[in-house]
Amino acid sequence: MKPKPFTYLRPADINEALQALARIGEDARILAGGQSLLPMMNFRLAQARALIDISRLAPLAYIRKTAGEIEIGAATTQAQLLAWPQLGDATPLLSAALPHVGHFQTRSRGTVCGSIAHSDPASELPLCLATLEGKVVLRSSKGERVLPAAEFQTGMLATARRPDEVVVAVRFPERKQGAGYAFMEMAQRHGDFAICAVAAVVSGKTTRLGVGGVADKPTVREWSGLPNGELDDALNDFAWELGGTDDHHATAAYRRELVRRLGRRAIEEAAKCSS
Amino acid sequence: MLELKEGVRHPVDFILNGKPARGLAEPRMLLSDFLRQELGCAEIHVGCEHGVCGACTVLIDGIPARSCLTLAVQTAGRTVETVRSLAAEDGALSDLQEAFRRHHALQCGYCTPGILMSAEQFLRERADPSEQEVREMLSGHICRCTGYVGIVEAILETARSRAGAR
Ligand SMILES: Cc1cc2nc3c(=O)[nH]c(=O)nc-3n(C[C@@H](O)[C@H](O)[C@H](O)COP(=O)(O)OP(=O)(O)OC[C@H]3O[C@@H](n4cnc5c(N)ncnc54)[C@H](O)[C@@H]3O)c2cc1C
Ligand code: FES
Ligand code: FES
Repeated sequence: MKPKPFTYLRPADINEALQALARIGEDARILAGGQSLLPMMNFRLAQARALIDISRLAPLAYIRKTAGEIEIGAATTQAQLLAWPQLGDATPLLSAALPHVGHFQTRSRGTVCGSIAHSDPASELPLCLATLEGKVVLRSSKGERVLPAAEFQTGMLATARRPDEVVVAVRFPERKQGAGYAFMEMAQRHGDFAICAVAAVVSGKTTRLGVGGVADKPTVREWSGLPNGELDDALNDFAWELGGTDDHHATAAYRRELVRRLGRRAIEEAAKCSS
Repeated sequence: MLELKEGVRHPVDFILNGKPARGLAEPRMLLSDFLRQELGCAEIHVGCEHGVCGACTVLIDGIPARSCLTLAVQTAGRTVETVRSLAAEDGALSDLQEAFRRHHALQCGYCTPGILMSAEQFLRERADPSEQEVREMLSGHICRCTGYVGIVEAILETARSRAGAR
């Protein structure tokens, strides 16, 4: 229940962090909020020769509105985003999803970018990023690249991040005029990881639904001009295609039922909020 | 860049319950173990060591956090408050602690130090919390004895009496 020995590095700025990562390579890990990494290291499910602590890099703790996007820096905690007064206006989906991310005692430390980088299939923020088609900003000592969520998220706890890259920021598109958003999830207790989470966006004739907790990564489906009577069939097809499995939290059949029911409820709620 | 080598015990200077404190910690030492083993803080209770139970919760720079998911070396230069900071020097309990006692908000007391720290900070930020908000805050803690009813009552009562005193 204790981590294996490692060297602790606290860079003074992002460039030092990138150099350290380039130097040590795959044996180094970024330490952000530590709310996923340290449990894994305590259980020895993860180990590292060096931890590079970026949690105190003040220039990376920001929330910035740019052209149509909200950019969130790598040191911004989930609590800071939740307390951002413009959150509900700027991205209603995030505002609805964030209270489900752990507990207020973990959101105080856990970062937004850390959750995206960790890429747990049942986590809420990667689901929002996928559904809204957000972007991930990756930087190494060699340069910067920006990946769409769909390219970044490759599977269970797996991403397209290269070993020498830091997720320096994530970008969520701002709410679209006239669109409605809804987020819902089923978890054993409030704050637990979702057995199934859904994020819906309804805009004009287009309906989009993202599902987390069932497949090995957040999965998004979009329907255009779907007649109301065909929604149940569409959701049923989607639920089967996600290929959920049985585990100690729930059966695959229960998860399919959640996709059908929560999916419909979220789409109806999003439609109500759209104009 | 600060570099603290593995396997070596490094000095960690910080403020513990209002007073300067120092101890030695390897990089891998968790804050929970550091407080208990190096500094004798037996009030830090360790339940799960993966952030779920909340027993080890302390305030770091005034914000509730899991000491089992914090490295001791990360607290250098910061302030840490444990449940010991709540009572007066002479041992007189705080209003919140008294309310816990009145409402039987603890039985074995294993979960209590963590819950008290979360609740104290919660009450500093929210003068008039709803029961729903209290329960949401408590979702970050597991109590195997009480069933939470007394805990919720004690926190709500303290909120009311503090509001009345203002
Ligand atoms: C009790 C409990 C309940 C929780 N419940 C939920 C929940 O319901 N939903 C949920 O989504 N999460 C939940 N979490 C996890 C959440 O709290 C974490 O904050 C989040 O998953 C990881 O963010 P972090 O900043 O803590 O990252 P860390 O734990 O520091 O890092 C996680 C991983 O990402 C890497 N990493 C972090 N930041 C970067 C970066 N900027 N660039 C490159 N790599 C990086 C690390 O190297 C590590 O591999 C829970 C955690 C606990 C302890
Ligand atoms: S021991 Fe830290 S949360 Fe359980
Ligand atoms: S009083 Fe025993 S666990 Fe809470």
